[in-house]
Amino acid sequence: MAKTIAQEFKKGLWDEIPPFRLVLGLCPTLAVTTSAENGIGMGLATTFVLVCSNMLVSVLRGIIPSKIRVPCFIIIIATFVIMVELLMQAFTYGLFLNLGIFIPLIVVNCIVLGRAEAFASKNKFLPSLADGLGIGVGYTLSLGVLGSIRESLGSGTIFGNAVFGPNFQPFEFMVQAPGAFMALGLLLCIMNILGKK
Amino acid sequence: MREMVKMVITLTILAAFSGGLLAAVKTSTSDRIEQAVLEYVQGPAILSIMSDVSNDPLADRFTLEIDGTDVDFFVGKKNGAPELVAFETKASGYGGDIGVMVGVKIDTGEIYGIDVTTHSETPGVGARAETDIRFKTSFVGIPIIDEEKIQIGDDGGDIAAIGGATVTSRAVSLAVRRAGKIFEQHKSEIKKEVDTFSG
Repeated sequence: MAKTIAQEFKKGLWDEIPPFRLVLGLCPTLAVTTSAENGIGMGLATTFVLVCSNMLVSVLRGIIPSKIRVPCFIIIIATFVIMVELLMQAFTYGLFLNLGIFIPLIVVNCIVLGRAEAFASKNKFLPSLADGLGIGVGYTLSLGVLGSIRESLGSGTIFGNAVFGPNFQPFEFMVQAPGAFMALGLLLCIMNILGKK
Repeated sequence: MREMVKMVITLTILAAFSGGLLAAVKTSTSDRIEQAVLEYVQGPAILSIMSDVSNDPLADRFTLEIDGTDVDFFVGKKNGAPELVAFETKASGYGGDIGVMVGVKIDTGEIYGIDVTTHSETPGVGARAETDIRFKTSFVGIPIIDEEKIQIGDDGGDIAAIGGATVTSRAVSLAVRRAGKIFEQHKSEIKKEVDTFSG
């Protein structure tokens, strides 16, 4: 049963890739992926929180009494989220303005609390680190792909560079809320078809 | 009983530790955050007011203490001589505080331009204060201490209110009148500081 550390990392990239396989953390997935840059920025912020909270929860798993484990996890997660928020304000203020309210909302992102509860509180330090990193990278990739699709169709750009030439008429619907559901649904569908083979 | 004590102690230690850690991060990033806010929030407003100056108003700035708070003043030069000064005031609008950057000609005391820095007004209604050129340019040229004129038309002044956003228009006008008070009461200090930028 014992998985290697590499396996713990790899499962986050396909088998348990958060927004598609676990279908968790959908609120930021749908809301911030209006551009590739926003998607990846949000993904990296979540990855940082996920890795740090997984490590700390794993280290403290023997100390935290099980009856108050959820408040303890929330304190740990909230600390790292505020840290990310401050660091983003200091170093990438433009991105911080785009992501806005969704940065503090990482606190209630079910992926982060879910991994702390389901994995890190039962596993050793290194597997927890690998698990957080894998899920985080998977999440970042998912948001990046979703953001790229929506940005390229909706604004005709990827990372702000024009991709379709000057005659392209942006499909504006894609950068609005309904476009998020459409793009996510289609990607889920493609992933399910590929996964069946 | 012992279990409860243990739970209390664990939570307390954890919370205290996080608090300390965050305080440390906050202190060490506060300078950079201030710089970033200046660049992204106040910067665009200042540059849109002072689009034709020969210096960098973000770099040429000074701070005065006014009614117990620090206010940043940004100096605009034309042909090397400081002619303009811009600073931010606030007034509460429909959805919270509206920050207004007001640019003034130092010698005549006329408004050179205004721009909205931060707001949380209704998108498409009050939020148009940020983009409505007719509203913003109606401030230009009015002496900043003329409280009569710096009111919207309905109140007997010269300001072209934004259609459907009377509360926002009044709030911006109030913020500009507050700027007028600051300019009037601290004129000599402002002039003294601005003179240090000449030459």
